[in-house]
Amino acid sequence: MATKLIPTPGQTVGPFFALGLDRPEWADLTRGNPAGERIIIEGRVLDGDGAPVPDAMIELWQANAAGRYDHADDTQADKPVDPNFHGFGRAATDAQGRFKITTIKPGPVPGRGNALQAPHISVAFFARGLLKQLFTRIYFADEPANASDPLLAGIDDDAVRGTLVARKDGPGIYRFDFILQGENETAFLDL
Amino acid sequence: MADPPAYNRHRDGTQPPYLYPDYASTVKRSPTRPLIRFEHTLSEITGPSFKTGWAGPEATDLTKQHKGEPLGERMIVTGRILDEDGRPVPHTLVELWQCNAAGRYHHPVDQHDAPLDPNFTGAGQTVTDADGRYRFVTIKPGAYPWRNSPNAWRPAHLHFGVYGGGFVTRLITQMYFPGDPLLQYDPIYQSTADEQARTRLIAAYDPDLSEPEWALGYSFDMVLRGREATPFEAKAHGH
Repeated sequence: MATKLIPTPGQTVGPFFALGLDRPEWADLTRGNPAGERIIIEGRVLDGDGAPVPDAMIELWQANAAGRYDHADDTQADKPVDPNFHGFGRAATDAQGRFKITTIKPGPVPGRGNALQAPHISVAFFARGLLKQLFTRIYFADEPANASDPLLAGIDDDAVRGTLVARKDGPGIYRFDFILQGENETAFLDL
Repeated sequence: MADPPAYNRHRDGTQPPYLYPDYASTVKRSPTRPLIRFEHTLSEITGPSFKTGWAGPEATDLTKQHKGEPLGERMIVTGRILDEDGRPVPHTLVELWQCNAAGRYHHPVDQHDAPLDPNFTGAGQTVTDADGRYRFVTIKPGAYPWRNSPNAWRPAHLHFGVYGGGFVTRLITQMYFPGDPLLQYDPIYQSTADEQARTRLIAAYDPDLSEPEWALGYSFDMVLRGREATPFEAKAHGH
């Protein structure tokens, strides 16, 4: 087998990424008017001192309401592609470390070995002070399928598992905080 | 459906760690709990495609975004987005941002005492062609001071963001210039332990890319994670 190339190392987005990456409209994944239940996810990003992080960026990737990704490798023939939904979003934090995302609730998608994964949104998290992205997922507190989700079920500690689950904060509104360090530190994934 | 082939994991030392105290901002922002290892599912191996152009118009000449010409050394930077097996990554978004020739970003948080250039914003984007290639015209950014440690200076760099085929191939990185004496003092550059991996961050000066009487040419390829062989490919390779 030929020698593989070494992948390029990540480097921090730094404090000025908004110059190149700020697309406020990408924080609304529903702007194409997709099918599905409209939801808002809002929260804060806090550092190891509990201080708000005003220079963080969250990128999202999710399936459509039927549980299908807008990607050639998703070959689930029984679920329709939604031409009005890409499933990709981006939001930056404001001066108080807050962010807000408007999207639709994704449908469940298959996991490995055809286990069913509970509805979730994949997250890549960037900030000054992070040399490469952190990965995590956003699940939803009102989804019964969470109980059998392979990732959630594999986390023994209730408190750690709970950091991946957005809590309901009103009709159509979910709350999800990114706590970078400390007691309620968000669970991040090694992908 | 069958489990899709996963993306390869990085070899030790070929990516920077989260905690790297020489870069002071990592101390309060890096996770303290071990990451939870999770095998890739459809959610990780799929990712955004930019083929249809929904990400907006191309902006590949950063010297032509205002009425006048920006000050500084005009340069061309071009290269390919490849995976670990050298296969091009076509139709993926490449985003670029940088400071001006004096070392100042067009950003309200940047208070470095160097002039803004009214003819330079410092942001561009493009989508790679079928061969995974991108090309920008810009000016060479300046070095600038930062408060990581006393008298610390960032080497001149361009910020690049690229996606690749799946959510886990996403890369945000920085491109540096060959022979820059500041590299040996820069903790962000030095944070990757593996020297071969680290030098991937340095562009090559290429006289064939330079345009006479016009601009210097640099070549910079970015390599993203590749995928494990599918059963079909493994069989074709005889193992």
